Amino acid sequence: MELETIIAGAIVVSLIFYALLGGADYGGGVWDLFAFGKRAKKQRELITSAIGPVWEANHVWLILVIVVLFTAFPPAFSAISIALHIPLTLLLIGIVLRGTAFTFRTYDVQRDNVQRRWGLVFSIASIITPILLGVVLGAIASGTIRIEEGIVTIGFLNSWLAPFPIAVGFFALALFAFLAAVYLTLETGEYELQEDFRIRALIAAIVVGIMALTVFALAGSGAPRVRAGISNTPWALLLHILTGIFAVGAFYSLWTRKYRLARIAAAGQVTLILLGWAFAQYPYLVEPDISITSAAAPRITLQLLLTALIAGALLLFPSYYYLFRIFKSETVPK
Amino acid sequence: MDDLLAARSQMAMSLAFHIIFAAVGIAMPVLMCIAEWRWLRTREEVYLTLAKSWAKGTAILFAVGAVSGTVLSFELGLLFPRFMAHAGALIGMPFSLEGFAFFTEAIFLGIYLYGWNRIPPRSHLLAGVMVAISGALSGIFVVIANAWMNTPTGFRLVDGKIVDIDPIAAMMNPSALPQTVHMTLAAYAATGFAVAGIHAFMLLRRPHNRFHQLALSIALVVGGVTVILQPLSGDLLAKAVARNQPVKLAALEGQFETESGAPLRIGGIPDVENGTTRYAIEVPYALSILAFGDPNATVRGLNEFPKDLHPPVVIVHVAFQIMVGCGILMAAITIWAAWRFWRFRKNPARSWLNSKWFLRFLVVAAPLGFLAIETGWIVTEVGRQPWIIHGVMRTSEAVTSMPGLVVPFITFTVLYIFLAIITAWLLFRQVVASPGNIETRSRDIGVNRGA
Repeated sequence: MELETIIAGAIVVSLIFYALLGGADYGGGVWDLFAFGKRAKKQRELITSAIGPVWEANHVWLILVIVVLFTAFPPAFSAISIALHIPLTLLLIGIVLRGTAFTFRTYDVQRDNVQRRWGLVFSIASIITPILLGVVLGAIASGTIRIEEGIVTIGFLNSWLAPFPIAVGFFALALFAFLAAVYLTLETGEYELQEDFRIRALIAAIVVGIMALTVFALAGSGAPRVRAGISNTPWALLLHILTGIFAVGAFYSLWTRKYRLARIAAAGQVTLILLGWAFAQYPYLVEPDISITSAAAPRITLQLLLTALIAGALLLFPSYYYLFRIFKSETVPK
Repeated sequence: MDDLLAARSQMAMSLAFHIIFAAVGIAMPVLMCIAEWRWLRTREEVYLTLAKSWAKGTAILFAVGAVSGTVLSFELGLLFPRFMAHAGALIGMPFSLEGFAFFTEAIFLGIYLYGWNRIPPRSHLLAGVMVAISGALSGIFVVIANAWMNTPTGFRLVDGKIVDIDPIAAMMNPSALPQTVHMTLAAYAATGFAVAGIHAFMLLRRPHNRFHQLALSIALVVGGVTVILQPLSGDLLAKAVARNQPVKLAALEGQFETESGAPLRIGGIPDVENGTTRYAIEVPYALSILAFGDPNATVRGLNEFPKDLHPPVVIVHVAFQIMVGCGILMAAITIWAAWRFWRFRKNPARSWLNSKWFLRFLVVAAPLGFLAIETGWIVTEVGRQPWIIHGVMRTSEAVTSMPGLVVPFITFTVLYIFLAIITAWLLFRQVVASPGNIETRSRDIGVNRGA
């Protein structure tokens, strides 16, 4: 495999980790907003304790995506930054407000009205940010970003303010909320709280299904080449079947309260969806003007970067494992 | 406001905001680790209380630093995409390494902040040490990228295009070592003095509070040692600037005419129209000695370079004077503190901290380190203008084609002012609220408050 393809693969892997880990932190924010009933406070506390120790580490996956993108594929980063200036800026505001509001809530006065005010900022930012992230990815896949000599030729709104990217935005939100609800069933030993998040996960699973079909339908005109990629290629059918198995598996195991299995299935489902998108868009970084090969940095940069990625991963994964073993291994479901 | 100015302002504002939190993120883990290490050694609860209350403040500041740092990494592209298109392959390396350092920092900070009761004390301290090391490394990698913008190496320029790149040579650029040492020391010095100032303020309100005495001592040792070392790194950096960026040196010294045996100008205001720096105290030959180690060395003046290559001279010169002034004041206070400590070391009746005037000076000195950091970055960044990559690419060539950049500039400014107010309020609340608890606690555990 070509060096640049391996590194593009590393970007996809980082994005998948960001979705599985960072995405679930955003999903937690969604359920913070939709906490209701007599256990609303307990639900919020569970979400807070689940996110607290890990959200900052999980957030770094996104930074990794960005730095690897601009190191290995500078023209792609440049083009995306120009064409999607507005949604990226909004995304940043969402990232800033989500992170700070969450932290401020933890350390501000523990009075209910103060807590709720920060909670509202945190949860609304947790909803807006994934939507914008999806919008950005949708716009990149749509094939509408056209760049000539560093000049965006289609305006700064058209590429992302369209049905397809916006549908992808809501798809991303649904996936993150789904993941969060599934994970949260394993964060508590309390049966009723587990049930709360089980029901939320089941509802989210249905919404994910609806959004998946919507995105697929809109891709017909919104992202024709990617749509062709996930419809007509030999691997597409296999991928659809696999994704389907994981989706049904997640639903079934939630239904039967096999939460560990549900977690694996849900994570597998999200991973396959992102992989499907990545394969369908291959070999383009930005449809249709910038490909992996055309945007690749000189070979020496790619070699050094790959070395750094391998060395970094050797350092990162044991640390990450340690973090999760400390904070995520105690709560055993009943 | 035109788009270029808006883009530059947004970048400047974002950096000025983030650098405070970044510096705290580098230095606070060291302070927390010292406190926790003292706790492990002495088993005095007050040290544990100290480590924990510093950790709370750090948690808030680190979160703001993490998200404002994310903003910066996106802004490189959002504001100066053509800079990234040309330089990404060259300076992406330090940024990628920074990515992993930051990963390590975030992971172990999570463990440190939330793991007090979950892992053994030694492992906990080790997590803190990991945060301190990776925090310093994060800062160092980012500053290496900035150093490259000042003294770009590791490529050939053919028809305005960067070719034959060597990312390792780019990282080894001549400004990398002096700039990283200077900034890392600055982070410890500024944070040390800020923290010492806060605890001095509390000691004025509650004299003899052992918690605040110990806190002040640790912070001042870290801040003082680094501020005393800082002139060495500053000298190293100034010599590098003199060699590689003569226009920047001329601007920060207010040197208009090329001169051998040039004097060092202390203070003063450059008069750009008439090409002279007024009201400065001139120390004969000192600039030639400091910049080149030879009293008769020739220092090239601004007039030797075309006007369109001059940075805004007044801003750069004044900022440099403020930075150096802050450093000198902090060094003076450090010497005073060391003298007091030495004088009262064998006098159990009087603590070296037992002087209202000394504490008041520490309070006033609290923001000086951060003022020095801000003005120092103004010297570095404004002093490099009109270049974004010195001698290779102008800032105006790098800016995005996106119109209406004044809108995100104002948006982020308002957002950051809001965050600054909230952060300051939360820290203030903690500082003022904690001592009551601490005293009760110290009494509970029988720590001698009168110490």
